[in-house]
Amino acid sequence: MYASGKYSSRGPALIPRMKTKHRIYYIALFSVVLLGLIATGMFQFWPHSIESSAEWTLEKGSVHDAPLIRLPASSPIPERGDLSCRMHTCFDVYRCGYNPKNKIKVYIYPLQRFVDEFGVPISSTGLSREYNDLLSAISDSDFYTDDVTRACLFIPSIDVLNQNSLRIRETAQALAMLPRWDKGMNHLLFNMLPGGPPDYNTALDVPRDRALLAGGGFSTWTYRQGYDVSIPVYSPLSADVMLPERQPGPRRYFILSSQTAIHREYRAELERLKEENGEALLLLDKCSNLSQGAASARKRCYKGQVYDYPQILQESSFCVVLRGARLGQAALSDVLQAGCVPVILADSYILPFSEVLDWKRASVVIPEEKLSEMYTILKSIPHRQVEEMQRQAHWFWEAYFSSMKAIGLTTLQIVNDRIYPYAARTYEQWNNPPVVKWSSVNSPLFLPLIPPRAPGFTAVVLTYDRVESLFRVITEISKVPSLAKLLVVWNNQNKSPPEESLWPKVGVPLKVVRTKENKLSNRFFPYDEIETEAVLAIDDDIIMLTSDELQFGYEVWREFPDRLVGYPGRLHLWDHEMGKWKYESEWTNEVSMVLTGAAFYHKYFNYLYTYKMPGDIKNWVDAHMNCEDIAMNFLVANITGKAPIKVTPRKKFKCPECTAIDGLSLDQTHMVERSECINKFASVFGTMPLKVVEHRADPVLYKDDFPEKLKSFPNIGSL
Amino acid sequence: MQAKKRYLILFSAGACLLLLFCFGGIQVPLSGRGDDRSLAGYGPGARWRRLQGYLQPFSSWREDRPDGLGHHLSPRQKRDASSSPYTGRRCRMESCFDFSLCQRNGFRVYVYPQQKGEKISESYQNILTSIEGSRFYTPDPRQACLFVLSLDTLDRDQLSPQYVHNLKAKIQSLALWNDGRNHIIFNLYSGTWPDYTEDLGFDIGLAMLAKASISTENFRPKFDVSIPLFSKDHPRAGGERGYLRHNTIPPYRKYVLVFKGKRYLTGIGSDTRNALYHVHNSQDVVLLTTCKHGKDWQKHKDARCDRDNAEYDRYDYREMLYNSTFCLVPRGRRLGSFRFLEALQAACVPVILSNGWELPFSEIIDWNTAAVIGDERLLLQIPSTVRSIHQDKILSLRQQTQLLWEAYFNSVEKIVLTTLEIIQDRVLEHTSRSSLMWNSLPGGLFTLPQYSTHLGDFPFFYAKLGIKPYPKFTAIVHVVTPLVSLSQPVMKLLVAVAKSQYCAQVIVVWNCDKPLPAKHRWPTTSVPFIVIEGERLVISSRFLPYDTIPTDAVLSLDEDTVLSTTEVDFAFTVWQSFPDRIVGYPARSHFWDSTKERWGYTSKWTNDYSMVLTGAAIYHKYYHYLYTTYLPASLRTMVDQMSNCEDILMNFLVSSVTKLPPVKVTQKKQYKETMMGQSSRASRWADPDHFTQRQTCMNKFANWFGTMPLVHSQMRLDPVLFKDQVSILRKKYREIERL
Repeated sequence: MYASGKYSSRGPALIPRMKTKHRIYYIALFSVVLLGLIATGMFQFWPHSIESSAEWTLEKGSVHDAPLIRLPASSPIPERGDLSCRMHTCFDVYRCGYNPKNKIKVYIYPLQRFVDEFGVPISSTGLSREYNDLLSAISDSDFYTDDVTRACLFIPSIDVLNQNSLRIRETAQALAMLPRWDKGMNHLLFNMLPGGPPDYNTALDVPRDRALLAGGGFSTWTYRQGYDVSIPVYSPLSADVMLPERQPGPRRYFILSSQTAIHREYRAELERLKEENGEALLLLDKCSNLSQGAASARKRCYKGQVYDYPQILQESSFCVVLRGARLGQAALSDVLQAGCVPVILADSYILPFSEVLDWKRASVVIPEEKLSEMYTILKSIPHRQVEEMQRQAHWFWEAYFSSMKAIGLTTLQIVNDRIYPYAARTYEQWNNPPVVKWSSVNSPLFLPLIPPRAPGFTAVVLTYDRVESLFRVITEISKVPSLAKLLVVWNNQNKSPPEESLWPKVGVPLKVVRTKENKLSNRFFPYDEIETEAVLAIDDDIIMLTSDELQFGYEVWREFPDRLVGYPGRLHLWDHEMGKWKYESEWTNEVSMVLTGAAFYHKYFNYLYTYKMPGDIKNWVDAHMNCEDIAMNFLVANITGKAPIKVTPRKKFKCPECTAIDGLSLDQTHMVERSECINKFASVFGTMPLKVVEHRADPVLYKDDFPEKLKSFPNIGSL
Repeated sequence: MQAKKRYLILFSAGACLLLLFCFGGIQVPLSGRGDDRSLAGYGPGARWRRLQGYLQPFSSWREDRPDGLGHHLSPRQKRDASSSPYTGRRCRMESCFDFSLCQRNGFRVYVYPQQKGEKISESYQNILTSIEGSRFYTPDPRQACLFVLSLDTLDRDQLSPQYVHNLKAKIQSLALWNDGRNHIIFNLYSGTWPDYTEDLGFDIGLAMLAKASISTENFRPKFDVSIPLFSKDHPRAGGERGYLRHNTIPPYRKYVLVFKGKRYLTGIGSDTRNALYHVHNSQDVVLLTTCKHGKDWQKHKDARCDRDNAEYDRYDYREMLYNSTFCLVPRGRRLGSFRFLEALQAACVPVILSNGWELPFSEIIDWNTAAVIGDERLLLQIPSTVRSIHQDKILSLRQQTQLLWEAYFNSVEKIVLTTLEIIQDRVLEHTSRSSLMWNSLPGGLFTLPQYSTHLGDFPFFYAKLGIKPYPKFTAIVHVVTPLVSLSQPVMKLLVAVAKSQYCAQVIVVWNCDKPLPAKHRWPTTSVPFIVIEGERLVISSRFLPYDTIPTDAVLSLDEDTVLSTTEVDFAFTVWQSFPDRIVGYPARSHFWDSTKERWGYTSKWTNDYSMVLTGAAIYHKYYHYLYTTYLPASLRTMVDQMSNCEDILMNFLVSSVTKLPPVKVTQKKQYKETMMGQSSRASRWADPDHFTQRQTCMNKFANWFGTMPLVHSQMRLDPVLFKDQVSILRKKYREIERL
């Protein structure tokens, strides 16, 4: 790179003037450079001892290695946080720019030790363990960049997690000294314990210009909605204590209060509740007989009886989280970890990550004034909801509270979502625990629309070379009133489709597409030629369906545009003896699939089949030349959670003249193959998405004792 | 030659340096390369590194102790002390709203009586009418928790003809004003040319604002409500449906992004619109502006005006609206514009360029799911941003626009009710809707948290939560005739229903003026059997949300219904696939009678149906609750007085929630009409007025709903082997065919 820089400075004229001698010289030089580069590369990845030890000495930073910065007394102080700050006024979005990954870049300042003129540090703890963890987690994440020029967000390494350990003025001066401070623009501060005695402000008191604040304990008056991020108060206990898995369900106690620093009036109120409701409540306090210290943080007492904390939290359905001097309480984290539903009594408190988390599904918020009604309020919550809340609470802890890493990355993700709102994580992504994500469906066609009849449907006929049969199919389908277009997918590469003049004359546009390979999946390709929503996939030998049956099928599809609507139904069954799935054909009372030899469905599923089919199913189907219909049934059921609709009594597609070739043995191998498909697909999907139903759709007046000619679809009924 | 040599030396030196550096790089970590990246004030290679060794925790356990000094202060005093300074622009519910008013009587809304001589705009009249027609309304101010002025505050633009003068004095003279506490003030326009401030021109005191085009700066979170700007033609009730009819694949429309609107040559809000032409490409991104507005636009005319105006006239606004994937919604003079709702209805995904606009109902609506929220500063990136949006996402954004439009915006009534429900949710916080209830079908107005706060108790969220409804039903039999014999149809019905394997409980609603028969007169059943005496013998009592219904599903039955156990079983298995719909036997249809200009009701044999009568139908228990609380008393009284039409009303209700038809199962048309005569003479079906009444009901209901919610279906669901020519022994529901 160095060399090429030199070249260009002189211009291209140099090169032709070079003599052979020099050229050799240059080549030699280049090879040396190249060698050097290769060697460097090798050293970088060489797992030898020299490097790791070198790494060790460098990476094993300690506080004392950090450069010492002396703050002059006159050093400027930032302005107090501006309450009117919003992303569009106080945040420089140009730094983040357009980014194909929609991910912000975060820079962390290197560690420095700030002292005042007299050498006294600005903070009593210096860098705390938690802040070290937080910054390390961010530096290991995708958000991180060490290139300050590319950064969109800056995080100082000045630890302001706990305001009590800070000297406010000096900390502010230190912030202002950061080289890219620029009035705090795009800087993010993390603070968990704001304010100090006696009035305990609900936001960090350190003047910070326009910096964003990720704060634990905001009140509605200090929180700048859409700008600040409300974060939890980290509880170090949860990192130390592993609680056993506990399934949601009824617990020994109904309400538990375990906080030690409860105002005496609230404690009196709780005592009163306990008197009224007895054993359902457990009121714990600190143990008076235990010496103060770390160990006592792990114990709680009630009338001399000692309980292990936080284990005891798992024994209660609801756990009280009352405000203390501050609104944010570390106890919230412990309570969530235990899968106990927090009952939050902290008026005006902005719940952690409330911008994205739906706390109504994981907690109960009660105004402080209504503490006395707590028992009645909680009793009115249905059991099933309590269980869901317990599960949700534990999930919130696991995903967003459990470590400084979780807290830090969640905060960054929230900021990221604001900057790239069109790529923001969805409500479901934020709020659904994995078990729900796994079992629930979010259908992409969720709106209850009954599309109008007028655009009709496009019939897609897959054919190889059965021209005669194909022409009959075309002639038959063309009688269906709502047919809009015919699309013949010519799957034979060795033979051209018949000349245009030979095709049957039909009243709708007829298009032929030729495929590059003879693959079954060609029938499910989302061809541009399909301009309607509704697609009728039909084989080139399905001639027995009447016009009424097809039209009725289309009408039913309009009522269920997100389902497969087909004629013969099929079923999957669990074979207990073999311990696997089995394919079942005609004459069952149930249906879980419809054959796509003739079926209506939404064009969206063509797109899904072609581009979003999980695993190797698509190739597998093409290789085996079978089961494309089962794959389609799996796909649709998996994404919508709904069963297909079987219309009309029809049970099979066999044409009357071809019964002769269908031997019994052929039938049996067919069944075995199809069963194999089901098992294969179920393992790829990781679940059995098919839904079994016991109904089929018939016209309203089907088989009614009523003049046939007055029925809309009289010609329905053969098997 | 000299130059060349010099070069050579320089070059080799450079190469050597590079080499040295490369090998040196082994010691210097990769990141340390290049001083350009490090900062002034830091050494080269300085970057954040994890510290090893012992570090102190950020807080010790001692940290969380009672606030020493404040400990003598009662929390209540402390709360008051901390919230009392927060009034005016810093108002929150905690500091400016009196919750105690709502505790006594629940969430009731009072509207001031209209004073003579006060002009009220049509829009404001619509707002007041909607409140008065809602279930929150109370005419008694002593019962009220929220107060609404009858003084028109919608248009506070001094230049507007609608502007009400002397509002300040008029408001101060109101006896109940109480400095605006627990009042809500609706406003669409504030301020005027040139600065369009958000000041209303009078002191609102402690009142909440429901205001359009409100800025985040002035918006008091969880206190004010941001409402959409709507035109004076916005329908009061009912409202148009969204325009989306198709989910075409691929979901792209003719244009990617369009805009057509005024360009303000001077003054506030002109920057973004003046820059739009940079992005306009007259192909798929069509952003058109005109300078023509106001009297003296020629005066401020700039160089682009003539060209812009010509281009502007070439396109039709409606055509663009319906044929574009995205619609730009830039700020105008004010932050919001009519365009926002127009785009929403047209399923044209709004791309909002209005920095600082608190979006309508932002407290409850997750706008990221229905709109693209852009940044005015990044206007030039907008085309590439919207082009980068994946087609799956477009599909879902587009559908969500329709969901939100129909749930909250398509009529003044919905906008007003949404505003009230938002406030109610704040007041009764522990029974309030979760975000999922607001942002998914059928929307918050149909999902009442007073019924349950548990999502699984509603018929709408099973798929979203990956759960299933409770696999049994409760039969509710409505009895109006006294028990005389054991062969009475109701006796047979009770036995047949109780025999169903899915039956959890039978409830008889005794709506007969004869005394309750002794317990032994009823048939013995294996499932619990409860008799409830209907309240005031009115027909609506069959739809009360009784606590004694332990299941999600309700099988509703008339006393003269003839139904076999198999039929009940089959209907229930079908319902499990459609838990949000009415699934049942007797079907009816409606039609538009164009000669009489009204809706017609028919019980004839038709090829389609739009109602399934509740004489034999299964539906979710939640609809009992909706019937009882959501519908206005006027409709329920009408039904009770006639003792008729309750089934039609239920169908109207359910279809307006689901926007889908009910589901009819198997044959069995010969019901009611054909049985008239043989069944008891007291049957209401024998009454000749009965049919005309039902016709009238249809029209009354359609009038209240503001639209016809019923939807037709052409299919019915039969057992898979229904009437197939196969041995009856193969069939699971063989009894059905014998009927």
